Amino acid sequence: MTGAPGTGKSTLVAALAKAWRAEGKTVGILAVDPTSPFTGGAILGDRIRMRDLSGDAGVFIRSSATRGALGGLAAVTLDQARALDAVGFDLVLIETVGAGQNEVAIARMAQTTVVVEAPGLGDEVQAIKAGILEIADVLVVNKADRPGATQTVRALRTMIETGHPALKTRWMHHGQMVGVDDRGVSNNHDPAVWIPPIVETVAADGKGVDLLISKIEEHQRYLEGAGLRDQIERARLEAELMDRLQASLLRRLLGGLPENALAEAVASVQKRINTPDQAIEALILQAEALPVES
Amino acid sequence: MAEQTIRVLIAKPGLDGHDRGAKVIARALRDAGMEVVYTGLRQTPEMIAEAALQEDVDVVGLSILSGAHMALVPRIREVMNNQGLDDIPLLIGGIIPDDDRGELEKYGVRGVFGPGANTEDIVRFIHGLMDANEGTAE
Repeated sequence: MTGAPGTGKSTLVAALAKAWRAEGKTVGILAVDPTSPFTGGAILGDRIRMRDLSGDAGVFIRSSATRGALGGLAAVTLDQARALDAVGFDLVLIETVGAGQNEVAIARMAQTTVVVEAPGLGDEVQAIKAGILEIADVLVVNKADRPGATQTVRALRTMIETGHPALKTRWMHHGQMVGVDDRGVSNNHDPAVWIPPIVETVAADGKGVDLLISKIEEHQRYLEGAGLRDQIERARLEAELMDRLQASLLRRLLGGLPENALAEAVASVQKRINTPDQAIEALILQAEALPVES
Repeated sequence: MAEQTIRVLIAKPGLDGHDRGAKVIARALRDAGMEVVYTGLRQTPEMIAEAALQEDVDVVGLSILSGAHMALVPRIREVMNNQGLDDIPLLIGGIIPDDDRGELEKYGVRGVFGPGANTEDIVRFIHGLMDANEGTAE
């Protein structure tokens, strides 16, 4: 679950969890809030919206701060999800920080990515900008009882119809545009193509939550049917291993070097003695010359 | 990785609806580099213990303005202990008469901060608690 701050992600997560609990499913919730880049501190306030879930052993909520990680998640989020999976939770809901236009890490991690919008947050140009809207498997317009909801839905629909690679669009009379696929029939009948549905919700009183759940489950069935689940997991693990490998190689390399090595490299570039590439090469050579610790 | 980040639960048990103090403290602790889980108003002892357990916090700060601290604190301690959280210190902010402080200490209340308390003192106090723990535990 991702989307801009204030769109109602936490409330929606709570409403979804409640509905799934009513079906007897256990739900783990991982909520991420931003770390202050200045102090390193954080206020983790997602539980405030989830108080209805307390006292239920079938729900586990853990809040984390990003601690400098990019992409709207914390570095520990994947391992937390793994732990919840290992303990046997039926569903794991991950709520990102209030995400802007670049927080797309969730799309690499989740099987189903739900992007939450709310009325009045931007015009149609916002909707066609690159970013989190492109990663949505399901789009939600929350607070749909507020003025402007219809326009937001319309803008999102236009974005999907103009932007989705699988769709051809056709102009009708009066400038109205409709999306048709190759055979001229409407969306979601071809299992090879997933068109993100748009669901209107009012999370605070539960309106539209059942429909949202059915769309999420539909997407899960689509992944299964199209044989994509394994493929997505493989891609995710590959990306995760690459990230972790980079981080640990970097730690190992810098850990092996004398304390001032990095500062000297920086100075050599600042004094125009080295280019950044030359400085890096020198650092790597210096590290490789050191005796290997076992 | 830097595992020293202190995690604090700030909770408001009971029925009074004034959370300005709790929010001021949450903000001050955040500015001191801590991660503050804030749960909102009207928390039951069970909710507080559950949040402390799931969030793996180092300290629990309670804001109580209603005068019900002598009823709430022992109950919170009991429920927390049942969850295996007997090593988590409690701090209290709010309206607490001096006469009650000694009694509260029995329930693991390590600090009481009333109106006018300096937020920097509270930050220092929590750091002191954590340093002391590091020496003994683990």
